[in-house]
Amino acid sequence: MIEGKIIKVSGPLVVADKMSGAKMYDIVRVGEKRLIGEIVRLKDDEASIQVYEETSGIGPGEKVVSTGEPLSVELGPGLMGSIFDGIQRPLSVIRAKEGDFISRGLEINALNREKSWHFKPVAKVNERVKTGDILGEVKESEVITHRIMVPPGIEGQVTEIKEGDFKIEDTVCRINTGSGTVAVTMLQKWPVRAPRPVEEKLEPSVPLVTGQRVIDTLFPVAKGGTACIPGPFGSGKTVTQHQLAKWSDADIIVYIGCGERGNEMTDVLLEFPQLKDPRTKKSLMERTILVANTSNMPVAAREASIYTGITLAEYYRDMGYDVAVMADSTSRWAEALREISGRLEEMPGEEGYPAYLGYRIAEFYERAGKAVCLASNTNRQASLTIVGAVSPPGGDLSDTVVQATLRVVKVFWSLEDRLANMRHFPAIHWLTSYSLYAESLVKFFDTKIGLDFSAVRNTAMRLLQEEADLAEIARLVGIESLSNQDRLIMETAKSIREDFLHQNSFHEVDTYSSLEKQYKMLRNTVVLYEDSKLLLEEGIELGKVLGIAVREKIARSKYIEEGKIKELDKILEEIKSEIEKLGISNGVTK
Amino acid sequence: MSFKEYLTLSEISGPLILLRDAEGVTYNELCEIELPSGEVRRGRVLEVSKAACLVQVFEGTRGIDIPASKIKFLGRGIELGVSPDMLGRVFDGFGKPKDGGPAIIPEKKLDINGQPINPYARTYPSEFIETGISSIDGMNPIVRGQKLPIFSASGLPHSRLAAQVARQAGLLGKGEKFSVVFGAMGMTFEEANFFIADFRRTGAIERAVLFINLADDPAVERIATPRMALTCAEYLAFEKDMHVLVILSDMTIYCEALREVSAARKEIPGRRGYPGYLYTDLATMYERAGRIQNKKGSITLMPVLTMPEDDKTHPVPDLTGYITEGQVMMSRELHRKGIYPPIDVLPSLSRLKDKGIGKGKTREDHADLLNQLFACYAKGKEVKELAIILGEAALSDMDKVYLKFAGEFENKFVKQSEYEKRKIEDTLNIGWQLLAAFPKTELKRIRPEYLERYYKMQSAK
Repeated sequence: MIEGKIIKVSGPLVVADKMSGAKMYDIVRVGEKRLIGEIVRLKDDEASIQVYEETSGIGPGEKVVSTGEPLSVELGPGLMGSIFDGIQRPLSVIRAKEGDFISRGLEINALNREKSWHFKPVAKVNERVKTGDILGEVKESEVITHRIMVPPGIEGQVTEIKEGDFKIEDTVCRINTGSGTVAVTMLQKWPVRAPRPVEEKLEPSVPLVTGQRVIDTLFPVAKGGTACIPGPFGSGKTVTQHQLAKWSDADIIVYIGCGERGNEMTDVLLEFPQLKDPRTKKSLMERTILVANTSNMPVAAREASIYTGITLAEYYRDMGYDVAVMADSTSRWAEALREISGRLEEMPGEEGYPAYLGYRIAEFYERAGKAVCLASNTNRQASLTIVGAVSPPGGDLSDTVVQATLRVVKVFWSLEDRLANMRHFPAIHWLTSYSLYAESLVKFFDTKIGLDFSAVRNTAMRLLQEEADLAEIARLVGIESLSNQDRLIMETAKSIREDFLHQNSFHEVDTYSSLEKQYKMLRNTVVLYEDSKLLLEEGIELGKVLGIAVREKIARSKYIEEGKIKELDKILEEIKSEIEKLGISNGVTK
Repeated sequence: MSFKEYLTLSEISGPLILLRDAEGVTYNELCEIELPSGEVRRGRVLEVSKAACLVQVFEGTRGIDIPASKIKFLGRGIELGVSPDMLGRVFDGFGKPKDGGPAIIPEKKLDINGQPINPYARTYPSEFIETGISSIDGMNPIVRGQKLPIFSASGLPHSRLAAQVARQAGLLGKGEKFSVVFGAMGMTFEEANFFIADFRRTGAIERAVLFINLADDPAVERIATPRMALTCAEYLAFEKDMHVLVILSDMTIYCEALREVSAARKEIPGRRGYPGYLYTDLATMYERAGRIQNKKGSITLMPVLTMPEDDKTHPVPDLTGYITEGQVMMSRELHRKGIYPPIDVLPSLSRLKDKGIGKGKTREDHADLLNQLFACYAKGKEVKELAIILGEAALSDMDKVYLKFAGEFENKFVKQSEYEKRKIEDTLNIGWQLLAAFPKTELKRIRPEYLERYYKMQSAK
C-alpha cells in the first residue's frame, strides 16, 4: 500500500509526496478524515489529487493512502430507484446514518450487502459461457428484470448454478475457465472512466418517443442517439429534461443532476413515484436511477457524477435494455474541469477551459449508441441515448461548451428566452433547432404512424419558415397589405405554433401526446390549410374561410385524452364537410 | 488550549499575506493577526503548503508590517455564536453587535460555511407565501423554501420592495413563527438606515436579525457576511422551527469582493475578471435555502442584486439565475412611468409556482389565469412595438384591445402602493376584470370550465 504525506492544500486540490508507485486516476484517502480523492497528475514522487469532499481543516503533514484502484461503480441488483451522489454513495443511507446534512469522509457501500434477491438461473450446468452472457435473472423492481451477466474477462463452462435467495456477494454460479474455477456473484465493479465494451455499434433507426410534440414530430431523437438542450436560465431546460425522463419510451432512465438545484432532485424523488409510466402503468421510479451532485456539493465529485451515471446506464444497456441518460447540466461538469485545471496551473484554452475540453465532451457523447451487446448470442440489441443540457453564460450559443457539444451531437433543441418570456413552452425554437435523425427516421414514421407523416411534417415546417419571412414584410408594410394566400399561411402557422407546438407540461392530458395523436393533430391543421387554400383560389373571402367554426375544435385538440383519439378523425370529417358547405354556399361546384 | 503563533510573515499584497514555515496549519483555518499597535484582525487560510501559507485578511492589510506582526492560528474555521437572543439585534458584517447592546451569549457555535443539505432529506417547497404584491403573488408566486432573487439596477427601488416583502410576508396564522434575517454587503449608511428604521417603525425588528457590512467597512469582510446571515437562518429555521426570510443585498458587491481576492491571488480570471468558481461559490450560499423533511421551519432566500448597465447577461445575475428558482426582474421603463413596484412580469419567473398554487392553495383558476395574463401582456407589448413603427391606424381591432390591455395591466394590476397588501383573491379578480376586455375565443390558455365560471362572473359585474 502506498502512503504519502500532504505537502499542499488549495481548495479541492491536494498535493502529496512520497507517492511513487501510485497510478494516474487511482483513488486515494486524504488526511485523518479519510476524504475520497483521485490522482490527476504525477510528477516525480508527488501526486496531485482532486478531492471529492470539502477540504477545510486538512493541512500539510497529514497522510494520504492510495487504494490502488481507479474510481469504480458497483453494479448489481439494488441500483433501480436509488439516488446516489457523484461517486455513487447512496444518499438515503447517508441520511439515515448522518442526518439531514452531508458530512465528510463517509465510507458507505453503494449497494446494500444485506438484502436478499431471488436469483433464477438462465444458463445451465455444462453450458459454455463468455463475457456478457446471461447467467440468471433477478426481479429488481416492478418493471425491471435485472440480468446477471458473466463478468468481464471470464469465459468457460458453468459447473454449478442454482436458484434461490442470495445476497449480492454470495456465489450464484461457478465457471470453470480451464485454468481454475471462478465464483461469480451478483456484484460487479467497473471503472467509470472506461466505456463498457459492446460487440458492435449500429446505426440508430427507431425514434425515442418522448410525447413532446415539438420533439417527436419536428426534431426527433433516435434511440441510441445524442441530443443537447442549450438555453439561458429560465428557458426550461430542466422542465424539458424532466418531461423526457417522465415520458420517454426508454426502458430505463438515468438522471444525472450535475451541479444543479437540490430542489430539482427532490422534485424528481417526490414526483416520480406518484407518476405512472404510460406503457407499463407502473410508477416511474421503478425504472429510474438518480445521480445527484447538487451545486453546493463538492466540485470535484461533480466531474465524476457524469461518468458514474453513464456507467450505470451502460451496464443496463449490456443487459439488452433501451436506456436514456439525462445529464443536467454538462456546463457545470465543464466548469468543474476548468476549476481543477486552473488549480493544476495548466495552460488554459478558450475562456479558461482546459484545452482537452472538446475531447472530453466528444468522448462522453460517444458512449451513446445503438449496439449489439457483448454475448455469445448476438441477437441482443440495446441502445443508450444521451440528452445533455448546456447552460451557456448569458444564453450565448458561441459559448465554448455549447460549440464543443454541437460538434458531436446530432440533435439540437434550441431553447429561446423570447419564447419563454411569452410562456410558449417548450421554448424550443422551430426554425433554429435541428435533428440529423429526421431523415433516417422517415421510414419508421411513414410506415408505423401515418403514410403521409413526413409529408405533413414537411408542410408544417415550410409554413413556419414562410411565416417568418412574411412576418418581416408585415412588420414593414402592415399585415393588411399581404395577399389573402399569405394571410392564410400566417394564420395556419400561428395555429401550428399555438395549438400544436405549445404544450403545457403541467396539464394532466397535454403533458404527453402519443405519436398517433401528434400525427392526427398536425394532419388536421394541414388539411384545413390546403382546403382553405383551394377556397381562396375560388375567390371566396378570407374572412369567411378563416371563420370556419371547426378551428375552435382544432385549437382545443391538445386536450383530447389518449383514449379518445378517434375524436381527431371526427374533426377531420367536420373540416371536410364545413369546407364543402362553405364552397357550395358560395357557388363553388366541385 | 495552546495556539500556534508565528512571526514569519514574508509578503503582504492587497488583502493577502504570506507566511513562511507555517507548520500545522490547515486549509480554511481561522487566524488572528496582531498588529504592532495591539490591534487584532482576522484572516482565513486560502492555501497552505509545507513552505508557505496564504491568508486572506478580512479587515484589510493596512498597518500590518512584516517584522513585528504576529499571526495566531485558532485550529477551527470561522464560527458564529448563535442564540434566540439574536432576534431584534443588529450586528456588523462579522457578527459583532453593532447596536450598542450586550454581547450574545451563544447557545452553540456554528461553522459559517455550513454543510450541504442532503437532497434526499429535502422536501419540495409548496406552501404559497402571500406577499400582498400582485405582480409577485399573481404572476410569479413565491413559496416557502424558495430562493428567488430580485434583479435590479442602480436607481431602482429594490430596497423598498425588499422591505415591503419583509413587512408583508410575515403575517401568518396557526401560531407559526416568522423571522427575517437581513444581510447587507457594502450597503450605504443611508440605505442600511432605511431598513433599520423601517423595521423599527413597523415593529418588524422584534423578529429580525441584521448583519450589516457598510460600504466603507472592509471589503473582504463581505465574503463572510452572507454566510453569517445564512448560518443564523439555518439555526432559527431548523433548530427553532421558524419560517425565515433571508434578504441578502447587494450580491453584486459581494461578488466584487470575491473578485478582489481572486485577482490578488493571480488566479486565471473567468468572465469579466470574476473567478471561475463564482458559480460554485454562489451556489454554496443560495442552496442553503429550502425545506427539510420533518422540520417545521424553512429558509426562503431573496438575494438582491444590481445588474451593471441593466445587463442581465453580466456574470453575477447570469450565474445567480442559473442557481436560483426564478427571478423578479425590475424594469427601468416601468419605474420611469411612475409605476411601483416596477416589476416586469415577462422576464420574471418563479420556477416553484406550479406546486404552490391552485385549488386549496390559492384558487383553482390561478395557473391558467396567470398563463393567460402573461400571453396577453406579451402580445400587447408586441402590438405596442408594431404601433410605434406603423402607427395605431394600421392595427386590427383585436390588436387595439391587446394594446389597451397592456396599459391597463401595468396601471391596475402591477401598480400598487408601497403599503398596500392585496389579498390573493383580489389579485386574481383584478386579472379577470382585465381579461373581460377579450372575447372568450381569444382566451385559449384557460380551461373551458374555469372560463365558464370566472369569465361570466366578471362580465356580469
